[in-house]
Amino acid sequence: MEKVLPLLKNMSRSKNAHSYKSITNGSKSRSIIERLMECIFTICGLSAVAAVAAITIYMIISGTPAIFKVGIAKMLLGTDWAPTAAEPSFGIAWIVLTSVIGTAASIVIGVPVGLMTAIFMSEVADKKVAGIVKPAVELLAGIPSIVYGLLGLLIINPIMGAAEKALFADSKTHVMNGGANLISAVLVLAIMILPTVINVSETSLRAVPVSIRQASLALGATKIQTIFGVTVPAAKSGIITAVVLGIGRAVGEAMAIVLVSGNTVNIPLPFNSVRFLTTGIVSEMGYASGLHREALFTIGLVLFVFIMIINVVINGIMEGGGRNE
Amino acid sequence: MEAKIEVRNLNLYYGANHALKNVIMDIPAKEITAFIGPSGCGKSTFLKTLNRMNDLVDGVRIEGKITLDGEDIYGSGVDTTLLRKRVGMVFQQPNPFPMSIYDNVAYGPRIHGLKNRARLNEIVEASLKGAAIFDEVKDRLNKSALGLSGGQQQRLCIARALAVKPDVLLMDEPTSALDPISTLKIEELMSELKEKYTVAIVTHNMQQAARIADNTAFFLVGEMIEMDRTDVLFSRPSDKRTEDYITGRFG
Amino acid sequence: MNNSICHKSVRISDIILNALIYLSALLSVGILVGIIGYVTFRGIGSISWQFLSTVTSEMNNTFGILGNIVNTLYIIVITLLIATPIGIGAAIYLTEYAKPGKIVRLIEFTTETLSGIPSIIYGLFGMVFFGKTLLLGTSILCGCLTLTIMVLPLIVRTTQEALKTVPMNYRTGAMGMGATKWYMIRTIILPSALPGIVTAVILSIGRIVGESAALLFTAGSGYYLPKALLSHIFKSGGTLTIQMYLSMERGEFDSAFGIAFVLVVIVLIINALTKIITNKMKKGN
Repeated sequence: MEKVLPLLKNMSRSKNAHSYKSITNGSKSRSIIERLMECIFTICGLSAVAAVAAITIYMIISGTPAIFKVGIAKMLLGTDWAPTAAEPSFGIAWIVLTSVIGTAASIVIGVPVGLMTAIFMSEVADKKVAGIVKPAVELLAGIPSIVYGLLGLLIINPIMGAAEKALFADSKTHVMNGGANLISAVLVLAIMILPTVINVSETSLRAVPVSIRQASLALGATKIQTIFGVTVPAAKSGIITAVVLGIGRAVGEAMAIVLVSGNTVNIPLPFNSVRFLTTGIVSEMGYASGLHREALFTIGLVLFVFIMIINVVINGIMEGGGRNE
Repeated sequence: MEAKIEVRNLNLYYGANHALKNVIMDIPAKEITAFIGPSGCGKSTFLKTLNRMNDLVDGVRIEGKITLDGEDIYGSGVDTTLLRKRVGMVFQQPNPFPMSIYDNVAYGPRIHGLKNRARLNEIVEASLKGAAIFDEVKDRLNKSALGLSGGQQQRLCIARALAVKPDVLLMDEPTSALDPISTLKIEELMSELKEKYTVAIVTHNMQQAARIADNTAFFLVGEMIEMDRTDVLFSRPSDKRTEDYITGRFG
Repeated sequence: MNNSICHKSVRISDIILNALIYLSALLSVGILVGIIGYVTFRGIGSISWQFLSTVTSEMNNTFGILGNIVNTLYIIVITLLIATPIGIGAAIYLTEYAKPGKIVRLIEFTTETLSGIPSIIYGLFGMVFFGKTLLLGTSILCGCLTLTIMVLPLIVRTTQEALKTVPMNYRTGAMGMGATKWYMIRTIILPSALPGIVTAVILSIGRIVGESAALLFTAGSGYYLPKALLSHIFKSGGTLTIQMYLSMERGEFDSAFGIAFVLVVIVLIINALTKIITNKMKKGN
């Protein structure tokens, strides 16, 4: 189709040349408008490129000074974060590790639930029931992250707090945090990635041709065997994309977990109060200055690097998937 | 002549649409039976009632009785997975799974509980040989089945159906999407298959039915008009409508 | 010979997996119902005329979100005024002008990237670029410009989808009559794609209403009513979500739930609107 367009364009141009040239002088101004509009649209098109370039440059400019001042090993491998102490220390190892482990754990919980829900919608439920679940999932995606944070704070934290009291009643080393811990944050993140995982997996499951489902059933496979033996493997690249997008969502979430996670720098153990890359920035940027502020930008840069890696991976999957089909 | 499948007074409705009308038929064992007729005559629908693939369609109602070796396949105690294991199916479009050639063929035995690698290897090889495709793919069993040509894919699908050791093989216009050479190969294959299997094939191609089938049934608007030995049906049809169809007056 | 077809065997793994599928779907829907139910239950009590129509006053010790509502509206309107034309322009470029190649792939990759960047990064970028480099400080305008970049991919992609559904023969028809390209876009393409563009705008409103991390350090947390219509955009202004976060931090959970309820109502309205428009589009086609 797209090949037809330039051809037609040429045709209409030559038509113009033949029949209208002598009648009107307006064609000159018209072609200026044409060029101008094309120029404007091109600039709009390139705005995304410019934005990504600007963000990348600014993140690097603002994020690197602290690395050089503190020392790369001290910063990335150091575990002591005391930016306002008399002798400040800027180790972000626990913070990075918390984000990695927290994200991984939320994926481990969220992806199976999300995938199973997607399977329910595309393979199991009849149209009416699927017609109820789908809008529900869309709504879940639309609810602001801060609302998740509020509910995590007032529902999940008290439950975790009770568990903590029971488990660590005799512990002398554990610092009580009222349930504001890694598990709480992971649960909130797991819920927040659900819509992404469900939507992307469902789309890819629906794209699997009916004919291969039939082939499986005709071999005497049960419905469940068909789903897990044929349909899910056939939708593999879409489901992997869903997982990677979920990772991106979980790594980048800030407001939902800033209060829920307790927000103190700690070894990421289940019942410890912990700080993520994102929540570190949110909680301290308001008052930080000087090297402290620069160090927060370094945390931002680390997060940005994670996200860019994820983007490149997704891009790779999409291109690979396109080639296979 | 022993009947593998007996169909008695079969009626099928899609909602209000009466798609199959009072079909009575005996499908003989270890022979090829072809169903012919103009498109929309119900021959494909009929084929799918034989392994209950129509169950998957919404709003289908079936009356009458179909027996496989004397057992009612619509009876209350029937497990459709066991039925479909014994009555295999090959579809109009080749539909290999997006996995390796080996895994395609091993899929059936695996879902029926076979895990032994050596047994699986045997079955895969035997099935591929049975579908006359082993020599073409033996060096690339672990490559994706999607890389095969259309004709090869269809023979792979036949091998996949053979791997679960069915008694009956249903084929729904298996060559309509293929080129003439691939079609010829599959027709030759069918003639070999009937030594072991009961084969029922839907075809819109009368020459194909005449070439390969032992028996042919003619369908028209949901009715089975006439069934006979193929040579008889094509040379001395007893019904005027059959004659009109095979002489090309309509369809 | 054990060849009967009447051997109903029960596969335990099938039963377990089936149960898991139903449980997961139930859980997903249950979480949503739980969230909406709980927020309504806890929040509806906080809603009063005073809550909605006044500004928080330390002196009278009253809490009201009118200032935040006004700020949210400011940010929605200004952000969309900037982002919508750019987004539509970019979508037009991609579907009508660009020839497939490196540039298109670059634009599509960067658009994807933008939609994957977390809002906290937008917040940092907005703070240093618009706030410091462009000297906007902590202001509503700074927040708007930051959000413009954030909603851009949403507008581009939704508009692009809408443009793609405009039938090819509309284009060839117009071109065949000798219409110029811009004339064709203006009179044929854009009107046909209008419902899609409206959807893009509504989705963006949803995104802006729910945003918090990108606004915390760009638009700030002011809650006063505008003294003058225009100069207000250079003042700090917190949206509903920001106010909600501040309330949570201070442990004022009743106010937080009140705002949460307002936000959930807005989200429900936005969802209903997009549903109505997409249904109409489907019928139109």
